[in-house]
Amino acid sequence: MALRTLATRKTLGELCKFQQQIRGVQTFTLPDLSYDYGALEPAISGEIMQLHHQKHHQTYITNYNKAIEQLDDAMSKGDASTAVKLQSAINFNGGGHVNHSIFWKNLTPVKEGGGEPPHGSLGSAINESFSSLEKLIAKMNAEGAAVQGSGWVWLAVNKELKRLVVETTANQDPLITKGPSLVPLVGIDVWEHAYYLQYKNVRPDYLKNIWKVINWKYASQVYEKECL
Amino acid sequence: MVMVAATTTASHLTSTFLSTPDFCGLSRSLQWPHMQHALEPHMSKETLEYHWGKHHRAYVDNLNKQIEGTELDGMSLESIISASYNKGDILPAFNNAAQIWNHEFFWESMKPDGGGKPTGELLELINRDFGSFEGLINKFKSAATTQFGSGWAWLVYKEHKLDVPNARNPRPSEEDNKLVVVKSPNAVNPLVWEYHPLLTLDVWEHAYYLDFENRRPDYILTFLDKLVSWETVSSRLEAAKVRVAESEKEMAEIDADEDLDTIEPEDTDMYFGSEAEDAEDFLDDE
Repeated sequence: MALRTLATRKTLGELCKFQQQIRGVQTFTLPDLSYDYGALEPAISGEIMQLHHQKHHQTYITNYNKAIEQLDDAMSKGDASTAVKLQSAINFNGGGHVNHSIFWKNLTPVKEGGGEPPHGSLGSAINESFSSLEKLIAKMNAEGAAVQGSGWVWLAVNKELKRLVVETTANQDPLITKGPSLVPLVGIDVWEHAYYLQYKNVRPDYLKNIWKVINWKYASQVYEKECL
Repeated sequence: MVMVAATTTASHLTSTFLSTPDFCGLSRSLQWPHMQHALEPHMSKETLEYHWGKHHRAYVDNLNKQIEGTELDGMSLESIISASYNKGDILPAFNNAAQIWNHEFFWESMKPDGGGKPTGELLELINRDFGSFEGLINKFKSAATTQFGSGWAWLVYKEHKLDVPNARNPRPSEEDNKLVVVKSPNAVNPLVWEYHPLLTLDVWEHAYYLDFENRRPDYILTFLDKLVSWETVSSRLEAAKVRVAESEKEMAEIDADEDLDTIEPEDTDMYFGSEAEDAEDFLDDE
């Protein structure tokens, strides 16, 4: 008797979970960093990394999940005006989640190879397109410093033309808004929250120093996947 | 150089800037930089050292460099803002010029031991246009919280106008002019929409990060509870109403001159011709 009840309860539980999956939306969780918060010092302080990851990125995810659940609800009710109204919240928060997820992978401690220049095909492509890594860095720093308000500066590859480009985006607009074929290789967050506690108003110093912890190995992997 | 005349807070919208090597002339009521601790504990001395001493100062230095030797040089700050806004097709000087204006307006929106409630005519209009003081606070909090990225939240006095350049309200009445809460991104301010700003809150992260980190809602609450100077808002409202009344008077005078009912007979011919001529032409064609 008891055994049969147990089996029924387990089956019921699985049935409920199955129903949740087909009715609910896929929500998102904060990805872990593969390094400690303090591991990028002195380029980026542990205090900033912790706030940036646990507060800012988490908030984007929380709000994104809320927005897509509301969207799912609106769509299943055929409520077009609510669905359209939610688009800006989805763009802001979804874009924030996407961009920051890339950003954590773009960074790595010095002892894990942070700052080591790219070799292989990405290294050659950089020399071809920008004449040297130093010139690329100078260009990205100039464009990053010039972003008015909040945004990002990117090194990207146009996967159709197989060409490297430097782009900036405003707020949390994903890179794709600058071109449908653009794949991000290195993104640098130039929102003030990314550097203010350490560098205050001197964004150029933040940009100069962040290259010491940029993960070129990851960027090369992405580049090779798109171009080779 | 960006030139400045001394102003009172009431005539703030016509203020321009005097930049001297020591960069004085800002926020006379708070007498920067000597009283950067004046807004503590609600806004720290450290925040003001950076926000006023670095960010705001940099906008002034950079604008002066940008306009030197150009046609913007010597113009008033509002004129530079208007010219460089360029109807939305923004020119390089806009960010610096507008941010100078915005920050000056922001410092003067605050005072030590601020907060409390507005009184007098300002409170009446708030009750009329927002239902209650709480109604205004909620709208303002919402605008400041939902301005995504960098920007500003504003209380403005809005004249009743259509959003086309030559539209005019044929029977302007005080009832048509409203208090409205708006928000703007980056350096944009409501001057470019031809509103009359009354109050602003800077929601760029640099405005609150040292004191509140990511907790923008706490910063907004602190500003409204402890820092805002409703007296300043009242005097700005007074000044705005005077300006609106003056411009309506001007428009009425222009209307009187251009009265279409006084077209002379010769003019009518130009537009309508005469029936006899038309009939002849028609017959000739057959």
